Amino acid sequence: MKVALFITCFNDTLFPGAGKAVVRLLERLGCQVEFPFEQTCCGQMHVNSGYAHEAGGLHERFVRVFDEFEAVVSPSASCVAHVRERIPSIGPRVFELTEFLIDELGVVDVGASFPHRVTFHPTCHSLRLLHVGDRPLRLLREVRGIDLVELDGARECCGFGGTFAVKNADTSMAMLSDKVRHVLDTRAEVCTSADTSCLMHIGGALSRGRTGVRTMHIAEILAAQE
Amino acid sequence: MSFQSAAKVTLRDAQLRRNVGKATGLIRAKRERAVAELPDWEALRDAGEAIKARTMATLPEQLERLEAAVTAAGGTVHWARDGAEANAIVASIAKQHGADEVIKVKSLATDEIGMNEALEAEGIHALETDLAELIVQLDPEDKQSHILVPAIHRNRAEIRALFERTIAQGQTLGYEASAIAEAARLHLRHKFLTVPVAVSGANFAVAETGTVGVVESEGNGRMCLTLPRVLVTLMGIEKVLPAWQDLEVFLQLLPRSSTAERMNPYTSLWTGVREGDGPQEFHLVLLDGGRSQVLADEVGRAALHCIRCSACLNVCPVYERVGGQAYESVYPGPIGAILTPQLRGLGEAPSLPWASSLCGACYEVCPVKIDIPSILIHLRGRVVREEKSSLTPEALAMKGMAAAFATRRRYEAAQRLARLGRGPLAKAALPGWTAMRDLPEPPKETFRDWWRRERES
Ligand code: SF4
Repeated sequence: MKVALFITCFNDTLFPGAGKAVVRLLERLGCQVEFPFEQTCCGQMHVNSGYAHEAGGLHERFVRVFDEFEAVVSPSASCVAHVRERIPSIGPRVFELTEFLIDELGVVDVGASFPHRVTFHPTCHSLRLLHVGDRPLRLLREVRGIDLVELDGARECCGFGGTFAVKNADTSMAMLSDKVRHVLDTRAEVCTSADTSCLMHIGGALSRGRTGVRTMHIAEILAAQE
Repeated sequence: MSFQSAAKVTLRDAQLRRNVGKATGLIRAKRERAVAELPDWEALRDAGEAIKARTMATLPEQLERLEAAVTAAGGTVHWARDGAEANAIVASIAKQHGADEVIKVKSLATDEIGMNEALEAEGIHALETDLAELIVQLDPEDKQSHILVPAIHRNRAEIRALFERTIAQGQTLGYEASAIAEAARLHLRHKFLTVPVAVSGANFAVAETGTVGVVESEGNGRMCLTLPRVLVTLMGIEKVLPAWQDLEVFLQLLPRSSTAERMNPYTSLWTGVREGDGPQEFHLVLLDGGRSQVLADEVGRAALHCIRCSACLNVCPVYERVGGQAYESVYPGPIGAILTPQLRGLGEAPSLPWASSLCGACYEVCPVKIDIPSILIHLRGRVVREEKSSLTPEALAMKGMAAAFATRRRYEAAQRLARLGRGPLAKAALPGWTAMRDLPEPPKETFRDWWRRERES
């Protein structure tokens, strides 16, 4: 199957590893991955921050760049949710990675092996906007050697929320410290999730606290063959 | 004060955070169980949403039907454009009956318009009879922090000490909840039997029959609604329901969402007056108070569908941390963040639409399916466009970023700058972040550089 990768501006610039993992994983599963260079940003940050009036051009651009593809895959639940809601003409063809793997490719065991203790943070937008349900967990459970530990209060927001993390930094940190406490309680080596934005937030506190716990995008675990 | 500054203060109060966190955690789990019992819960939510939307679309007509039905049943209907008018109406009714004291059923609408203070200024004391409202009223320093449990931020020991100082008049009270409640009971019982005028709010009013309804848990409301000679009910105009049958939906949605009960202990419904039974004089005050202005906003108006169950507060991770008082309104939490700025005018509470991480937990539980996150985003847009200059640093950064994202060339240039910690991408993200969190090391190359190097050479 031929698919286009919608990397998102955030991953493109700050977390290329998530994108590389998606490419590796999809190619291993027999997909032909294309990367349209004209892609930039879907406009989510503008809309969610009150600047929807600046986002119209970005929405149009998104359609121009991706319209020729039958399927568009992205490692960001949050951006996919935005596209689905705000750009309905193309929305149904844009998939979050775990949705794409299970619903479109029909695979649950992606042939990964990752012998580490891992906990999974589901992210609000995966859960409540995309309704991905337990898809990510089903994929993770099939990974060879993984020791998957359930995260207490998993459904609770980590406090990122885009500009919220900066505008309401104190409240955001209060939410984050509870999330981090739950992550540490699992004694996991790795905290994973379907959005690097939440992971940057959680990882920022894990690193500041010198906890030694790493954050990894779920694609990086599903692509791993350690 | 902005939400951010108010939250900074309340976040420092560890006791408050523990009290609120514990109480919301408990009620949250209970609500989930109560809702899971009903196989048709989602259908009920759809019905609730549909009835409310239909009512709002025909609001003037429904209100006129209500007025006609209440009048026909022997009640008197008053129309109040704002809080001041409503307060004046209530004060004049109390005075006509020579009352220097009125007893009150828990009511958010009366709190919204500051009725207690307004009556006090006219020499009329308004005594709260709901236990939690009473707790808040007895402490002049205190304020409500929750729709349903106004004193959710107080624990039992704090309440016991407060009662000993006030209504128990120095007497020592036992530690059990029942002993504390008994002190309130003794204090209130006498008032129920002697005060001639009661003031209430309303959960519903049925246009078809002119029936007004209050649901509650304690029974103190029932006392106020039945014992005094005169009853005055203040109700926001959005509380009207077209038909008697509509109650079927809301009487199922409300208790499970709010107290996690299958049915609330006391449901009082009354239609006008009846000789020899209950109050002999009934006044219904219909309050606009900014509501028609909310109705004019096609997206924002769904905030008027709220049935004040408080489920959205109990699941909100922001509310849980900052408590209700940071919202500086009788409507705290997610519903407050969309209702307060609309009722008062966006310029009066411009920071509230940002008091959310957009996690969506509120929308998931709301019994009438108010899409609170979408309304927050909509109101953010309105604040930015209507209240702020287009030259704020943020507006300029957003404009800069939109321009950077508009062409591939500019985007790639901005990426290079961002990796050096400069330019529009970095400027928007950096401040405020690193005070408490580390930033990841910038990657050696962007994804597209990698692709170009690996795939295209
Ligand atoms: S907005 Fe919905 S959940 Fe919140 S109090 Fe109102 S009805 Fe309840």
